[in-house]
Amino acid sequence: MEIRPILSALMRSKVSMILIGLQVALTLAIVCNALFIIHERLQRMDRPSGMNEADTFIISSTGFGQGFDVKSSQQADLALLRSLPGVADATSAITVPMSQSGWSTGVSLKPNQTTDTASTALYLVDAHGLSAYGVQLVEGRDFKPEEVQFKTFNERVVPTSVIVTRALAQRLFPDGDALGKQVYYDNEGPASTIIGIVERLQTPWLDSDFIDNSTLAPVLFPYGNATRYVVRAEPGRRDEVIKVVEQKLQEANPSRILSKVRTLEQVRAEGYANDRAMAIILGAVIFALLAITALGIVGMASFWVAQRTRQIGTRRALGATRFDILRYFQLENFIITSIGLVVGGVLAYALSLWLMSAFQAPRLPWHYVPVGFLCLWTLGQLAVLGPALRASRVPPAVATRSV
Amino acid sequence: MFAYYLQLGLRSLKRNPILTALMIVGIAMGIAASMTTLTVMHLMGSDPIPWKSDKLHYVQLDNWGADAPYTEDGRPPDQVTYRDATALMTAAKADKQTAMFKVVKPVQPENREVKPFQAQGRATFADFFAMFEPPFRYGHGWNRDQDAGHARVIVLGSEMNEKLFGGQDSTGRSVRLDGADYTIVGVLADWKLRTRYYDLTVGAFAEPDEYFVPFTTMIDLKQRASGNNSCWRAPGTGWDAYLDSDCVWIQMWVQLDSPARLAEYHAFLDNYVNEQKKLGRFPRPLNNRLLDVNQWMVDQRVVSRDVQVQTGLGFAFLVVCLVNTIGLLLAKFSRKAGEIGLRRALGASRREVFKQFLIESGVIGISGGVLGLVLTGVGLLAVRALYAEYKTVATLDLTMVATTLVLAVVSAILAGLYPTWRACRVQPATQLKL
Repeated sequence: MEIRPILSALMRSKVSMILIGLQVALTLAIVCNALFIIHERLQRMDRPSGMNEADTFIISSTGFGQGFDVKSSQQADLALLRSLPGVADATSAITVPMSQSGWSTGVSLKPNQTTDTASTALYLVDAHGLSAYGVQLVEGRDFKPEEVQFKTFNERVVPTSVIVTRALAQRLFPDGDALGKQVYYDNEGPASTIIGIVERLQTPWLDSDFIDNSTLAPVLFPYGNATRYVVRAEPGRRDEVIKVVEQKLQEANPSRILSKVRTLEQVRAEGYANDRAMAIILGAVIFALLAITALGIVGMASFWVAQRTRQIGTRRALGATRFDILRYFQLENFIITSIGLVVGGVLAYALSLWLMSAFQAPRLPWHYVPVGFLCLWTLGQLAVLGPALRASRVPPAVATRSV
Repeated sequence: MFAYYLQLGLRSLKRNPILTALMIVGIAMGIAASMTTLTVMHLMGSDPIPWKSDKLHYVQLDNWGADAPYTEDGRPPDQVTYRDATALMTAAKADKQTAMFKVVKPVQPENREVKPFQAQGRATFADFFAMFEPPFRYGHGWNRDQDAGHARVIVLGSEMNEKLFGGQDSTGRSVRLDGADYTIVGVLADWKLRTRYYDLTVGAFAEPDEYFVPFTTMIDLKQRASGNNSCWRAPGTGWDAYLDSDCVWIQMWVQLDSPARLAEYHAFLDNYVNEQKKLGRFPRPLNNRLLDVNQWMVDQRVVSRDVQVQTGLGFAFLVVCLVNTIGLLLAKFSRKAGEIGLRRALGASRREVFKQFLIESGVIGISGGVLGLVLTGVGLLAVRALYAEYKTVATLDLTMVATTLVLAVVSAILAGLYPTWRACRVQPATQLKL
């Protein structure tokens, strides 16, 4: 093989070699960590909320002035919404998943327990809640209309029956027998009975460490004079239903203020906007880095080829084939890249350690580095191919010419 | 000589247009990536009120339950209770003080053409205006007597004044919020805040407040806050029980004009909490904090981790671009060994050769910087498109433009130094032989 002559040639242009190696090393370290962050974000964004997101939207109504009765207005609105063509179901609700605002509370197994057994988000809905959210009941039963309480600010909300997510049920009763059990949402009681379990319903907070622990309770709870409605349309009819709903609600009470409709898809997009932005920005950095590194290799290799035109001619004249010349440059690049990659591998783990300590980021999984090796080897070989082909076309006669 | 070297440099750059373009684009991209992220980070974390940020202090008291701290790391709650806020306002031991909370109320315009709308405002005290210094276009804030008298007065933001009164002087007129009339005492001019630093509990980049009303009046009307509310035990039933509870929902700021006043106030707070302990409140150890504006912004992570990581990566990318440029310049200059040898043989000193090539790298740097500045502008537009709430911080100011250009030239000269130094070490004799 020709490794020895390549190495001795490289030793004569150490600086250039170090520069390319360094560039490859930094690129590998950054690309591995950036790719890992992107992967994490995509995984985060991929989490299901448990709701029917495609057909559902939310709208808030605020009444004002004397003579506005929030309770009767809420009942009338719900009856109206459910009667509209294309509406599958509707409920009043304080919040939805991914909206980043809502209620949370502790749940205990006994009254006056000093530390709560679990934290949970609280979804206050009426008897149509499960159906309007489109969540799937896996055990037990749905709320009955007579269980629904009406509460306002400054009144204690202690539901007698609740439906919890499977994750919360598992957390409270690891033996899997949560259904029918009593738990405490208020330290001083009374107890609430778990009457049903749903497969999944995320809390409203995407960063919470109890994202799968949610509780649904049958309580109508307007926020002052404001009520939020969650409306699920029949499949594919969401956009037409939105127009009708806006118009009919306004007609029913012309003096109230209706918020802009937000579809669950919009709520999701806004909730994850920062993750999406981070993924896009890091993607752009990775692309630019790889482009710069590849162009750097092309530039440097072109320069080397030009510098060594006479030596190439001499080798050709002494019997080296075109393929030998091509192989020489490819091999040279492979050696430089490999040295850079070894350094870069160490740098990648070091960068990951730093991200872990400074930003509480998770550890870079080991396989990112070998995959990065393969990518950068390929990139280097492709980048050097052009200049190497040009080198292989140098005619042997060049050797005989002076300058 | 400078003009001549510049001409030589330009001619040499023209000779290898692709290589030159590669170097310029490389520097420009590195500059753009680092400056876009740095601008966002710099503006996010920049001091919103530099002339008095060390005098304004955010009050935190640890009234949380004995069983578990408010946060895992033991920091006290980020808001205070109504009880403590009113006690501190009544004591009035600071040079200026205000408690506040966010409200959202329906606005019923007199003008029938304008439909009723929901508007976000702030319930606060008279000192707010002297402490945070919003600019007034018409009128002024209300006074302490009006706080005490629970007056129905209001200060409008410029946008709401525009919407309701077409931007005219509306002081003395009245505006109806949720069925109650308020007399307008002042109208703000455009208050450009990058971060709504006086209330970070609902996000630093939230929409600006559209009006300000007396805290005491809002309490009379039993107005609930629209911000966060946290309780470690159930507040009991009714408005009075809520006011008396240990739920935290109010932000409290004090202005302390000297370090001595700060120490005094700290002692006062400790004393206050110890007195409350005797009444059976504050079961946790003494944990009061009085962070100033900048410390509070750091504590609340106004500059997010994502932005810090992006800035770090931006600069790492710049380093890669510079390494790339060094390599390419090295390649380029070493091809000129013959030319340099000739100049040296004809009597040019190393110094002259050094100057000539440094000017050539300087040209690349400045071109890269200018292109980088343009790309930074594009980058900031992209940031705005990606992060809707960052529109106040994704803008270029003069300092950042200057920093960009300096960074570009310094980077290019740093990148050019080693290749240039190598170029002038060329021995004339070795180059002139055939």
